[in-house]
This record gives sequence, C-alpha cells and structure tokens, in this order.
Amino acid sequence: MADTESKPVIAPTNDIEMNEVNNEENLELAVDTSKIQLLPGATSDGFAASFQIIDEDHTLGNALRYMIMKNEDVEFCGYSIPHPSENKLNIRIQTYGKMTAVEAFHKGLEDLSNLCSHVEEVFSTKVANKDYSTEEP
Amino acid sequence: MSNIVGIEHDRVTNTTSTDFPGFSADSANTEWSLDYFKENFKLDIKYITERTANFDLIGLDTSIANAFRRIMIAEVPSVAAEYVYIFNNTSVIQDEVLAHRIGLVPLKVDPDQLTWINKEADEKDKFTDDNTIVLSLDIVCSKNPNASPNSTNPDNLYRNHKVYAKNLKFEPQGRQVELFANNPVVPCDPNILLAKLRPGQEISLRVHCILGIGADHAKFSPVSTASYRLLPVIDILKPIVGKDALEFQQCFPNGVIDINEKGEAYVKDSRKDTVSREVLRHEKFNGKVKLGRRRDHFIFNVESTGAMPPEEIFFKSVRILKNKADYLRNCPIANLN
Repeated sequence: MADTESKPVIAPTNDIEMNEVNNEENLELAVDTSKIQLLPGATSDGFAASFQIIDEDHTLGNALRYMIMKNEDVEFCGYSIPHPSENKLNIRIQTYGKMTAVEAFHKGLEDLSNLCSHVEEVFSTKVANKDYSTEEP
Repeated sequence: MSNIVGIEHDRVTNTTSTDFPGFSADSANTEWSLDYFKENFKLDIKYITERTANFDLIGLDTSIANAFRRIMIAEVPSVAAEYVYIFNNTSVIQDEVLAHRIGLVPLKVDPDQLTWINKEADEKDKFTDDNTIVLSLDIVCSKNPNASPNSTNPDNLYRNHKVYAKNLKFEPQGRQVELFANNPVVPCDPNILLAKLRPGQEISLRVHCILGIGADHAKFSPVSTASYRLLPVIDILKPIVGKDALEFQQCFPNGVIDINEKGEAYVKDSRKDTVSREVLRHEKFNGKVKLGRRRDHFIFNVESTGAMPPEEIFFKSVRILKNKADYLRNCPIANLN
C-alpha cells in the first residue's frame, strides 16, 4: 500500500506494553492487532479507505456509519457484512480532503463514545431521582 | 415534517434519516455536535417495575437506538446452565431435552458476581468458585400411600411427580458460601415445569452455570423482550364533528381520540395508538387525517427475565456500546503504512 500523507497515531503508547497479554481472557485490555485491518483499495493520499473489523456486526456497523456520516468532511461512508457466516464488518470512508479516512474513522468512534457517555449520564440521574412510576399502568 | 415517517394506507414514506451535512441545501445543524445533542436529547422514564421498564429516548437516530436494543438482547452477559451432568434419569424425558430445558431456566444471579470462563485453561482449572454456580437436582417419584382408592388425579396418587425449577438446589462452592449468603441462587420463576415422573422414576443430576452472552445462546439473554417503537403522530387536517367524530374515535384504541364540548374529535394521547391504519379504510375520513410516526422518538420496552432489574440492562447496553467504541479507538489498524 502506498504511503499516506499524514501518518495517524496507531495506538496510544501506554497500550503497547500490554501487547504481550493477547489472550482471550484479557481481550478487553490487550491491544488486539487483528481486530481492525486496512483493506486494499485505499487511495495513496489516505482520503479514501476501507477497513475490516473482526467480530462486529450491524450493532456497531450502522451506529458507527451514522456517526461518521455526520462529519462535515466525509463525502461517503458505508458499511457491509460481506457474508453472514463470517463475523466481519467492512466499512468504507471517503473524505473531501480535510482529514484522512483513518482520522474520520477515529473521530466517529470518539463521537459515538461521547454520545453514549451522555445517554448514560442522563439515564443514571433519572433513575437516581426516582421520579417515575413503579407500577405498570 | 421531515421528522415524521408518513403512514399511508398502502405505504410508508420518508423512512430514512437524512440528517447529514451536505445531504440537502438545508442541512444546517446536521454536523455532529455534542452540545447540540445534549440540548436535544431527552429521556423520559414512564415506569420501571421489577421486571419491566418503559421509557422514551428522544432526539437520537435509529442506528443508535437499534444498537442499544441489539446489545440488550445479544451482548449483555447473564448466567445460565451450560453443563448438565446426569447421574441418573429414568424419566421419559430424554437427557438432552431435559438438559436443554434446565438451560433455559432464568436464574437469579447478579452476573457481576461471576467472572468469565477462561476457555484456554486446562479442564481441571477451568471451573472455580469465581466463575461457576453449581446446582443439583435429585428427585424420586413414589406412590402416595394415603391416596384415595378411586382417585385418578396424579397429584393425589403420586409424590414428587412434577419436577419444577424450584427443585434445583444451589450448592455454594468455596467463597460462594459467604458471597451468596444473603442472596442464594434460585430460579427467577420457581414454577417452571421441567419434567413429569411416575412412581419408581428418578432424576439425579448436577448443573454447572456460567456467564455467557445472548449472541452465543438465547438462554444467556437477560431480556425476554427488548423492543422500541416510534411515537405515533395523528394529524387531524379538517375538523371531524358529530356522528363522524364518534366513528373516528372508534377507529383508534381507547383513550387515543377524545371529543370536546363542541363535538369535535381531537387527539388526546397518540402514544396509546397502535397505528392500525383502520381510519384510512374509511372513505369519509379521506384527506381529513394524516398518520405518521416521529422518527427520533423511541418508546423502549424492556422486559427482564428476572436476573437483573430492567433499567440495569439498558444501562449496561449503553456502557457496552461505549466500551466497543473506546476499544476500537485504541486498536491499531493492521496493514496501515
């Protein structure tokens, strides 16, 4: 694959030392090098690229697609499950050129995480306030 | 109007969300902004009972609401029987069928009290008091010596002829004696019939229960149902009065349409509507009413199997989606150069 113009940060450095513990038990902590893969067909400038995520489905695929599409610099974003028997998720991103596809991908994930944090916060305060009925009408 | 999914007698219109920058000339405020989301997102809890929660999520997209729903069903972990060791089963129900039935029994265990099984570990180290709950079932059916001679009722003729979920007895292992002292493991619904016996037949078995997710097997799903529907919208375009108003009211479930003192029909509570479209079948209401659903108003209904409170299941689903996003954000991308 050709060089991308701006090299994105692959992973925070503090996660790299955990690379050795890459067994199933510590799946949530370990850096998993096989989770996301860049697929062939990316442009040399890095503004268009497809990624393959292992062990994800429509749950994340559609939500992430939506969040990436809400980015002003994204021209196109789409996802597919290439085969129902394979637990793979392909996602393609094309940008207008202000950020690379990888950056748009990462921004989408960050936005999704922020959204969840807010929903979690609102829900937990509502539940803590207990201003709802406890009987089914 | 773009926020309303149109419902006509033979079709639905305006079904896909188009709130993306550049989709149309007027796509202001469609770029993602957390502040804008915070301003517009509303959560309204209608009721939360022991088993059921009903709440509205307003101001988010279907893709996100659907992710929460899918996670509640398939990815929130719970505890269920996974291994059944049968010592003796002389009943008519086959071992594998009985094991399957036991597997589907929802158990009252807080999943946070167990850890995940390490599949790589040796068989002898795999199951510990941290990750396995042991239940046992020992039951023998016998004749009731005091049965009335002419009785044909099995309840009167036999003892222990029905095996229920409540016959599964918790056997705390190691530190579980203290951990589960105040909340012993019991089936959420004690009266699930597992098998029927006749005098002389017996069942003796042990069950190992572990943590799992619904994607692996439905028995690990913490919900019986987790669903959402969009808020119905009923638009009365021209006034409907008199006898027609009564007929109009009859087209909807009770409490949806009310009639005011002028004899005019008005929408009282569209939330109660089932969107049966009955009203669209009547020629006389043609052009007088428009049905729809609000695309960003989700009415969630979550029914727990009993192991976890329903609000906790939703709470966990949000956290699981967040963890997914955070985890992928920190994953390196292979082949990137």
